[in-house]
Parts: sequence; structure tokens; C-alpha cells
Amino acid sequence: MSVAVETLGGGRPGALTRLIRFARHHVLTVYALLAFAYLLVPIAIVVLFSFNDPKSRFNYVWEGFTLDNWRHWDAYPGLTDAMKISLEVAAISSAVATALGTLIALALVRYGFRGRGATNLFIFLPMSTPEIVLGASLLALFLNLQFATGFLTIVIAHIMFNVSYVVVTVKARLVGFDRHLEEAAMDLGANEWTTFRKVTLPLIAPGILAAALLAFALSVDDFVITFFNSGSTTTFPIFVWTAAARGAPPQVNVMGTMIFVVALSLMAVNILLQRRREGRTP
Amino acid sequence: MAFLHRHRWLTPYLLLAPGLAWLAVFFAIPLGFLAYQSLQEGTFEFGYSFGWAWGNYWDAIDLYHKQLVRSFVYAGLATVIALVVSYPLVYWIAFRGGRWKNLFLLAIVAPFFVTYLIRTLAWQTILADHGVVLDVMRTIGLVGDDFRFLQTSTAVVAGITYNFFPFMALPLYVSLEQIDHRLIEAAQDLYASRLQAFLRVTLPLSLPGIFAGTLLTFIPAAGDFINAQLLGSPDQRMIGNVIQSKFLELIDYPAAAALSFVLTAAILAAVAVYARALGTEKLTG
Repeated sequence: MSVAVETLGGGRPGALTRLIRFARHHVLTVYALLAFAYLLVPIAIVVLFSFNDPKSRFNYVWEGFTLDNWRHWDAYPGLTDAMKISLEVAAISSAVATALGTLIALALVRYGFRGRGATNLFIFLPMSTPEIVLGASLLALFLNLQFATGFLTIVIAHIMFNVSYVVVTVKARLVGFDRHLEEAAMDLGANEWTTFRKVTLPLIAPGILAAALLAFALSVDDFVITFFNSGSTTTFPIFVWTAAARGAPPQVNVMGTMIFVVALSLMAVNILLQRRREGRTP
Repeated sequence: MAFLHRHRWLTPYLLLAPGLAWLAVFFAIPLGFLAYQSLQEGTFEFGYSFGWAWGNYWDAIDLYHKQLVRSFVYAGLATVIALVVSYPLVYWIAFRGGRWKNLFLLAIVAPFFVTYLIRTLAWQTILADHGVVLDVMRTIGLVGDDFRFLQTSTAVVAGITYNFFPFMALPLYVSLEQIDHRLIEAAQDLYASRLQAFLRVTLPLSLPGIFAGTLLTFIPAAGDFINAQLLGSPDQRMIGNVIQSKFLELIDYPAAAALSFVLTAAILAAVAVYARALGTEKLTG
């Protein structure tokens, strides 16, 4: 009977039933595709509008394709300077934070000492405090000490919020670390410093590198804490904030796209290296 | 070196010292200065001086409870939406992702590679009055001509949800990924339906991820002011906007400092209640 109905109804209901059956089997997959679209469409918009040719100063409506924004990526006054400052801050702050954070991580994982639990908690606090409170309190410090805010205070602030992230990242790497290797080196007559340099450091280097990259990325992206402690210094996010009020130029999208591509490539390289390393060790 | 050899117990403290000193001077002590500032009295013209002015706190709550409540409602909504939207997605990645898991995870964190402010501006473009979404909705008659997204609560919550989405998705993924599939198979062998197996095995095992994701999303969301500024109107002002303008535009330091502590205390209270609720559920469930 049902076969008869389906043949009588022709191809369309059959296709529909098949579609429903397919959807029921793959409902989660379809959902995942939609969710990925939700995550990626705004990024596509950023990239797309870097090629826009806006008629007004607001880059909201698609007006036509142009390569001018990319060709004259540094034409907008102040934008490249802001980007340069952001990169400088990120380089200095991620280097210092990585050094400080790695030492803390080493102490926390490798040594049993009084106050370890308290230290762990203390490291966690800056990450669980709202950024606006971190920024405001740091500004309160600088105001009370009458310390002028600017490039230096931005660097100080970025080191502060980055240390915790470095500790967490390096710790994750250190936990799975085989201490017998160090003991073997010591048994063979290496002193502690040589052991650290020749055995420990090479083994945890990938973790340190990952932490440094994370710190660099967090630094370039930070707006809230920087905004409170920047004085008249303009970083890239602060430039975008100021520009947003009077209409951000398409060059902002060009910069955003560049940052996105660089970060994504680094991430992809990291995944590939990891896969290769896992492939090598059976 | 010889000194260190004799006093080995000192090594961890020496390793900790520089980093912890930095955090003490630029994280802990500043909180003290903020507290000091929150109890100052006076005006911008004549300067502020310390005077145990607890009234700043009452004023903060009295004048800005609306923004405070709004912040918590927006942050709460964004957290719940992020949880509901991301759970099936990361479930799919964890259980069906196969060898492409890392690539799918990359897609989840991809928004983080676009500068925060720029991805919020992208939402401005998407939800704009003459943007694609509204144009389509208007054409098919779904909404009237004067309907708009920008400068509404919807836009602000949408922005917050998107911006903190990976904070929810990643810890969820970690907890789902760790689940031993044999436990789910065992439940099904014991005649649990797929729904029962999910509710009794998978969901409880993913609670740590839900807990971590909720905190990581809610805390920054409650203090955010960027989404309300770029996607909302003065009617959507959150507590972060008030603190920001008091501190940087109105130069009313005591009020801004008091508001910062009210915000922190409120967040801690919410987290404590939430932790307790989830904890007891775990015990009785």
C-alpha cells in the first residue's frame, strides 16, 4: 500500500521523505555545520569588507570591490603607528611574562614547598578578576604614585595579566614530564644547571613557545586594561575604538585580516608539527 | 652555586620570587589602592581625600543597581545561550570528529584570531539597519520597516555571546573528549535509551566542563562594556560602561572604585551560589 502511494505520488514525495530521513540521521552534523557558519561568518565579513569601497566614512554597506585598501594599507594616518606600538608592547611583555611565568611553573611542578597551594590560588586570581577591575586598580596605583601612564605602564600591565596564562600553559606541559631523564643526567655527573640547560629546557621548550605565542596574542588583542593605562599612547585596539566612533576605515579590516591570517598560520603550523612529532614516536 | 647547594629548600622560592613580586606589585597592591580610592570623599574640582566614605558604596548600589542587574541578566543570557549552542557542536566534534578534531577546534577558536573590537564591529555590520540580515527579513515580511537590531538588548547579548563563545566551548570539549565511550555503551547494553544514556552518563560526566565554561564566560561578560558601547544605546548600558566613564571621562574615582568592588563582590556571590547549586546536584544526582 505504502509502496503504491509512493509510486503514485511520483518523485517529489520520495525525495522529500529521503531528505527527512537524511536529516534525521544527520541532524547533529547539519547542526554542527550551521554552528560553524555562525562562528565563521563574522570573520568572513571582516575579510570581505577589507575589499569594500565605501562611499561614506562608514564601512557598513557593501558598495563594490576594490583592492585599494590593501594597496594603501598604510595610508590611514595613525593606523600603522598604533600597530607598531602594539607589536612592540607584545614583544616586550610576552618575553618578560614568559620568563617570569616559566620560573613559577617550574617551582610549582618540580618542588614541594610550603605555600604551594596559596601560590596556585594567587596565580589563578588575576585570570578570574574582570578585566575592567584589573585595569581600574592598576590605574589607581599609577594615579596615587603620580606615575604618568603611557607606553611603559601598558607594558607593565600586559606583563601582569600574561604571567598567569604563561604559568598555566607551561605547567600543563611540565606535568607530563619524565623526571627520570633529569636524574639520569645527574647520575652521569651533570650539575643542576647543566641538567636544566641540556635536558629540562629542550624538553619543555615547546610549552614555553606556546606560552609565549599565547602571551603575544593576548597582548596584541587587549583593549580594556590597556585603555585604562595607556595615557595618550595609542595601541591598535585603542585606535580601532577611537575610529569606531567616527566610522572605522576599511584599512582596519585589512589589519584585522592580516592578524587573523598570521595567527591562523602559526596555529596550523603548530598542529602540523605536533602531528609530525606524534608520528615519529611510535 | 655552592650557597644554593647548601640551601636547596630555597630554590623554589627563588624561582617564584620575580614573578610573584610582579603580581604582588601590579595586581594585589593596586587592588589595595582601588579600595583606598573607593573610600575617598570630595569632588574633582577640589580633589579627593581619604575619609572612610562608605557612602560611596551605598551610592553605587543605589544609583546603578539597574545597570548592575542588567549586566548580570545579559551575562547570564549570553552564558546560557553559549552553553546551549556550543554543547551539541562540541559533542559532535568529540564523538564524530574523527581525525579532523583539531581542525574543527581551530574553527571554534578562529574568532579569537580576529581582534576583539574588530569582530564586534563585524556584528555591527551584520546587524546594521541596511545590512544583509535585516534586508532579507524585511523582504520576506518577517519584520516591519522600522524594526532594528542595533541599539537593542538583542544585539548586545548576541555580541557578548559570540565574543565569549570559545570560553564556553573549549572546556566543554575537554570534558566531553575525556569521556570513556565504553560507559555509554554499557548504559545502552543495560537497556538505557539514547536519551537516558545521555542524561544519566554523558551529561553528568560533562558537568566539570559546564562549570568551567560557565565561569569563564560569565565573569568577563559581566564586566564587559565594549558590546554595550558598540552594539547598544544608553538604554543598554552595563556596569562596565558606568565604571569606564566614571573613571576615564568624569574623573569620579571614588564612585568608579566603589562600583568595581560592588561588581567583583556580586560576581563572587553569583559564582558561590552557582558552585553550591551544581555541587549539591552532583551529590544528589
